[in-house]
Amino acid sequence: MQSSSIDGAFRGDDTSAGTSVGERRSNALIGVTRSNHANLVKAFVTLCATAATAFTEPAHPSMNPTNIFAPVSTPAQSIFDLSIFVLAVTAAIFIVVFSLLAYAIVKFKKRKTNDGREPTQVYGSTQLELAWTVIPILIVVVLFLAAARVIASIQNAGQPSNAIQVTVVGHQFWWEYRYPSLKVVTANELHIPVSDLAHPTPTFLTLLSADTDHSFWVPRLAGKTDLIPNHPNSMWMDPHETGLYLGQCAQYCGTQHAKMLLRVYVQTRDEFDRWIQEQSRPAHVSDTVSEGQKIFEQTACINCHAVGGTAANGRFGPDLTHLMSRDTIASGAAPNTPVNLRRWIQDPSLIKPGSKMPAMGLTDPELNAVTSYLETLR
Amino acid sequence: MSTESIALPRSAAPPRPFVDQLHQWVTTVDHKRLGILYILFALLFLLVGGVEATIIRIQLIRPLNNFVSPQVFNRMFTMHGTTMIFFVVMPVMFGFANYLVPLMIGARDMAFPRLNAFSFWMTAFGGLLLYFSFVGGDGLYGAGNAPDVGWFAYAPLTSKTFSRGHSTDFWILSLLVSGFGSIGTAINIIATILCMRCRGMTLGKMPLLPWLNLTMAGLVVLAVSPLTAAQLMLLVDRYLGGHFFDTQAGGSAVMWMHFFWVFGHPEVYVLVIPAFAFASEIIPVFSRKAIFGYPVMVAATMCIGFIGMSVWAHHMFTLGMSSSANTFFVLSTMAIAVPTGIKIFNWLATMWGGQIDFKTPMLFCAAFLFQFLIAGLTGIMLGSAPFNWQLGNSYFVIAHFHYVIVGGILFTLFGAFYYWFPKMSGKMYNETFGKLHFWLFFIGFHLTFDFMHVPGILGMPRRIYTYEPGRGWDIWNLIVTIGVFFQAAGVLVFIGNLLWSYLRGALAESDPWDAWTLEWSTASPPPSYNFADIPEVKSRRPLWDLKHPEDPDWQYE
Repeated sequence: MQSSSIDGAFRGDDTSAGTSVGERRSNALIGVTRSNHANLVKAFVTLCATAATAFTEPAHPSMNPTNIFAPVSTPAQSIFDLSIFVLAVTAAIFIVVFSLLAYAIVKFKKRKTNDGREPTQVYGSTQLELAWTVIPILIVVVLFLAAARVIASIQNAGQPSNAIQVTVVGHQFWWEYRYPSLKVVTANELHIPVSDLAHPTPTFLTLLSADTDHSFWVPRLAGKTDLIPNHPNSMWMDPHETGLYLGQCAQYCGTQHAKMLLRVYVQTRDEFDRWIQEQSRPAHVSDTVSEGQKIFEQTACINCHAVGGTAANGRFGPDLTHLMSRDTIASGAAPNTPVNLRRWIQDPSLIKPGSKMPAMGLTDPELNAVTSYLETLR
Repeated sequence: MSTESIALPRSAAPPRPFVDQLHQWVTTVDHKRLGILYILFALLFLLVGGVEATIIRIQLIRPLNNFVSPQVFNRMFTMHGTTMIFFVVMPVMFGFANYLVPLMIGARDMAFPRLNAFSFWMTAFGGLLLYFSFVGGDGLYGAGNAPDVGWFAYAPLTSKTFSRGHSTDFWILSLLVSGFGSIGTAINIIATILCMRCRGMTLGKMPLLPWLNLTMAGLVVLAVSPLTAAQLMLLVDRYLGGHFFDTQAGGSAVMWMHFFWVFGHPEVYVLVIPAFAFASEIIPVFSRKAIFGYPVMVAATMCIGFIGMSVWAHHMFTLGMSSSANTFFVLSTMAIAVPTGIKIFNWLATMWGGQIDFKTPMLFCAAFLFQFLIAGLTGIMLGSAPFNWQLGNSYFVIAHFHYVIVGGILFTLFGAFYYWFPKMSGKMYNETFGKLHFWLFFIGFHLTFDFMHVPGILGMPRRIYTYEPGRGWDIWNLIVTIGVFFQAAGVLVFIGNLLWSYLRGALAESDPWDAWTLEWSTASPPPSYNFADIPEVKSRRPLWDLKHPEDPDWQYE
């Protein structure tokens, strides 16, 4: 028998029957692969698309507030659309190859009635191997083009003149938000306006880091982008619905990486303008809490914290000018209640062990005074 | 090939005193003993790394759990990753390569036996150095402190500013030391395969295992060198006032990422290509068929090796590269699916028309094929940069690469253990316990890593010591943790089986699987000189030729 046969080199162990057995086996292999491929792909692409959508159905936002398959903003939406396409293609590949593998291990399992003879030896098939090289190449090209289109549409999007600009600075372990053109500085809770189709007002974020690497990830609004020291990055989002969107730091940044939570409040344009107006005012100073303010300004608090309009102008920690306008403290780790606030000032490690804020060792009366003072910062 | 080498009489030397034996093992330069030392070392660290994984999973079993502190949790995932990559999978692959390559190419030892011993001890002491950090991490400052910077140790978290004490130094030095060991072994494997093949074994007639290990060794040289350089630069930063990665003085955190991943991605292939090698030996023997498309299998491997060097930045899609850089790395990453797909199809075609005997090694390899298929497909999802912006650094990534490393590599590795155990120990393993191990581990693997994809899709990032309730992650994390206990039980059955079989198992024949490569032509375990006469081969399956003189392979190759 010639090894230069068109299907490559194959033969039977029984030399007398070798040629015919070998050829039959090899041709059968081609036939099955091709027909399976053609039929299964058609049938399952639709099935997979349905399955992928079905998977996202029960994932209601209130149950899964950080589901990547519940997008409400253009970048997240175009990633979602691409994901469904990629999932459908990979699911189709999976079903075809899985079926072939499953068929092979069931069909060609060694039988009890085995006569001890070796099966037909097949060494290869140029046609088959060419087929399972060329078809994957074509699939890869399609997947690549689909990805390239979305990369360009997200990364190369132009910034309209009415876009809101926010500088995000990642710190161990909290988020600083600066609105340079609006003269507002806040922490941990980002407020942005909703962007409706009639009046698109996207928000563009400039991402910086004060210390280690971090990553800004609010799955329903956009994919994640890292905040790297000495390497300014940018990203954008244009949420179509108002509401609170959650996320958290997605690049390991140290001990409390887990409690570097993200909260993005998407507001109507009016609410957002009102919020900006309130945040632009200096701190509300009341005589009734001057004791607490004195302690605050005479201990190390002001080395790190700023309170607008007072002597406190530290920059290492969150700006506290409008602390009580925020729902949470410690970068989302606890609700902003008087009890939590007092515990936090007493010893931050009770809420967030490894936090960079030290326990100041205040006495109970001092703690009460400082807490009362901070509670007036609206 | 001479018939004398087929069945050598078992050596009947009287047992030596323990100290003598120990001395022999410590000073050995025999490739088989060094191979076994590598493997035992890796098994020990597999247990340690497994305990760390269990601690991680217990902490994550429910939201806001307090099983361990954040500091301990961060050390656990750093040590788990570093241990499993550098001190489990790499050494165990070097161990099998050491043991099998000379036997399969008909050589009496590796090309550089002393370098071989040196490399092993470098790796071993590297591992010990890493674990010494638990005791000496903070030196004079007091209690020990293991590294907690993550296994890819992104700058500038590793700088003196953010990582005080000496735990990071232990991490750097242990990888530096074991890295030299890895490079030594890789050079040795390359030299052995290129220079020590027996008569008649041209490169085209070499079994696939040496071929794949040759590719692996080439990748080790190319990949571990930049890692070693980066570790030295980091040491300079930490102790000699360098600013390579010191962002506060104009250094670049991104440069560390490039250095690390230009090692880190080829490293995946360093680990997986030897696993492919096991599958390429086990699947044909238990299907009773020659490997389908040998030249294409070799070409696909080389292709994976070359393309594998150009895909590293797909680990960095979220760091803000330009759209053209992102696009390029999408293309190169997706391209690697083609040769990988070819391999899966060729294994499938090898089984097609065979008589598949599902002994334990084949069970593991069959599961590998399914699992590696899924790992490849989730890899395609992650390789699509925009999809990666959502999935990157989430639990989806953790699920994906554990699918590769556990579902792909560890499964074939278990298969390889059972397949070559009779050769290495001279005893047969217990088939029932082998199957029990398979099913326990199979169930545990799927409970853990199938369900781990879901919290990633639901927005759960990696490396968090705890998570908030109400995000829909709770139930998935519970299932994932339950799976860990099945896996642990499987591994204990495995270790028990090996120990029991070694001490009490039936004697193994020289060729229990009716296999075709040269290692089965010598005694089990092989004598120190491997072959009484150096064999001569005429085809890729010399033992097939011997067993079927009427119908030898060399007539067709």
